[in-house]
Amino acid sequence: MRPIVETHSATMRINGATLVDGVDLSVGSGEMVAIVGPNGAGKSTLLRLLSGDLQPTQGRIELKQADLRSYSASQLATHRATLSQHINVTFPFTVEEIVRMGAGDMGIVAAHPLVESAMDEVAIRPLRSRQLPTLSGGEQQRTHFARVLVQLACGEARHGPGLLLLDEPTSSLDLRHQIELVEIAGRRARNGTAVIAILHDLNLAVRFASRIIVIHRGAVVADGPPAQTITDGLIRKVFEVCADIQYHGDGSPVLLPQAMKSIGSGNVL
Amino acid sequence: MTAIDGIGSAKLSRGSASVRPVPTLLFGCLLLALSGVAIAAVTMGAAGIPLGRVPVALGLWTSEQAGALLARDQLVLWSIRIPRILAAAVVGGLLATSGAIMQGLFRNPLADPALVGVSSGGAFAAASAIVLIDSSYGDAFRFMQNAVLPLAAFLGSLVTTFVLYGIASRTGRTSIAIFLLAGLAIAAIANAGLGLLVFIADDRQLRDITFWMLGSLSGATWSKAVTIAPVLVIGVFACFRIGRGLDLLVLGESEAFHSGVNVERLKQASIVLISAMTGVAVSICGVVGFIGIVVPHLLRLVIGPGHRILLPASALLGAILVVGADTLARTIVAPAEMPIGILTAAIGAPFFLAILLRQRGLAGL
Repeated sequence: MRPIVETHSATMRINGATLVDGVDLSVGSGEMVAIVGPNGAGKSTLLRLLSGDLQPTQGRIELKQADLRSYSASQLATHRATLSQHINVTFPFTVEEIVRMGAGDMGIVAAHPLVESAMDEVAIRPLRSRQLPTLSGGEQQRTHFARVLVQLACGEARHGPGLLLLDEPTSSLDLRHQIELVEIAGRRARNGTAVIAILHDLNLAVRFASRIIVIHRGAVVADGPPAQTITDGLIRKVFEVCADIQYHGDGSPVLLPQAMKSIGSGNVL
Repeated sequence: MTAIDGIGSAKLSRGSASVRPVPTLLFGCLLLALSGVAIAAVTMGAAGIPLGRVPVALGLWTSEQAGALLARDQLVLWSIRIPRILAAAVVGGLLATSGAIMQGLFRNPLADPALVGVSSGGAFAAASAIVLIDSSYGDAFRFMQNAVLPLAAFLGSLVTTFVLYGIASRTGRTSIAIFLLAGLAIAAIANAGLGLLVFIADDRQLRDITFWMLGSLSGATWSKAVTIAPVLVIGVFACFRIGRGLDLLVLGESEAFHSGVNVERLKQASIVLISAMTGVAVSICGVVGFIGIVVPHLLRLVIGPGHRILLPASALLGAILVVGADTLARTIVAPAEMPIGILTAAIGAPFFLAILLRQRGLAGL
């Protein structure tokens, strides 16, 4: 499996605080990776390092065996696509116009099939002429996801399998659309894309990711297939909750979170 | 699945769908309107020239017309009216386009170079040039003043825009409230500087400065119009290059970068364009407000917010509005002239309030 993105002791310190602490990772073509961890663990910072948004204060990051810093913004956009968490659009762009933005400099006619298939895939075609600021949070999130899919498709047409980064892509979505989104991401992974998604719903992560990376206080504390990473001890240590873990027919764990505990003092809150 | 899709299509009925007109049709209509308003402007004024006499005066065809009348018509048209209309059109194009770029850069439909002190900064620098380079010393100084004025106005606008951008986007995202308040403070500083210049200026300098503060096209000449026209041409061509970047910047700086935009370069190019376009417009006609906010807003309602069409269309509609407003300004209280800045403020300010009230719910001011 060819590595798409690799980090070598990637560290990020801002104002004396260590947000990401010596992370060594390698994510290859066709992998569907879920990054999980509590709030403030450094997941989003790690994703921003991988996207080239931030430069690590120590260590380095390689995209397709070349230093991430050696790519220009326009080159980078053809190798990796990123869906951010909060995007606030104040101007009345329509859904179709936003999705088409993913096609970059490609002409309207050439981009048309990509735009249409992305709108079909995330089921926003009926909303195509609607203005984005008038839509619900979930509809806006799906529109941006379609835009990112178009960008990924344009890049992969030129350079082969790329990197898809998703920062909490399911945060505003209802159950049906959460599942649809991770299934779409999974299809991209099966076609060779390296997919890395931050997910808060552990059951969703376990169900759809082939590999789970658990981040705690800026460092990787577990990395592997879901059944091996999501354990009772880890949930207790990292998320500070008790969880009843059952095992599905195919061996994947299913979590039932229990009451919160204060670790250390031993007092039940 | 069909039932669920039915829910999706039922949502269509809530909220309006946007249908954008074909760009060629839009530009055709705007060019036609610009020609219409320019022809009307040629015929109207202190010395009325009926439409029938215009082609003869312009030398397009000959007639039996009396020689003295023809000579007067030609003098009025070639020396006064046509350069003024040309200057008004260029100034309108510059102000509207720089407003549209500024709104894209700040991701804020309420941004306007005059409103947030960029024009005041330019006017302050221009007024400084008037006072510091005293033209009463001779022709050489007067010539220098004419040459330095647009440059000083550009530099004044540039400094103001940089400071404003630095303050408003300090935390990584531009806050609408901080942006408008910072603009207000910068305008106040520039106006205080202008006040100081008024205080130390002699009578002749005072007349020149007052002209800047009120805004008027009465000083337009061929040489001025020809000097600023290339800035508009270069600016509109540059807009085709930055249009896609500004569209993506609307999503946010990170998203623009993720989509392949060199954000720093785009911001620098936008700031230089805004300053150059506002600065040279100010150097010709002083502070004329609200064109930069009214024009792009009206156009967005019709053609949507895509900058690749919005920016050149703004140049055309800005030209139409300012030629129209200037014609009104020089005929409404004829034979006297009303400063055009007063006219645009009287129409533009209520318009601005209307947008503000509509935006309040969306932007959370």
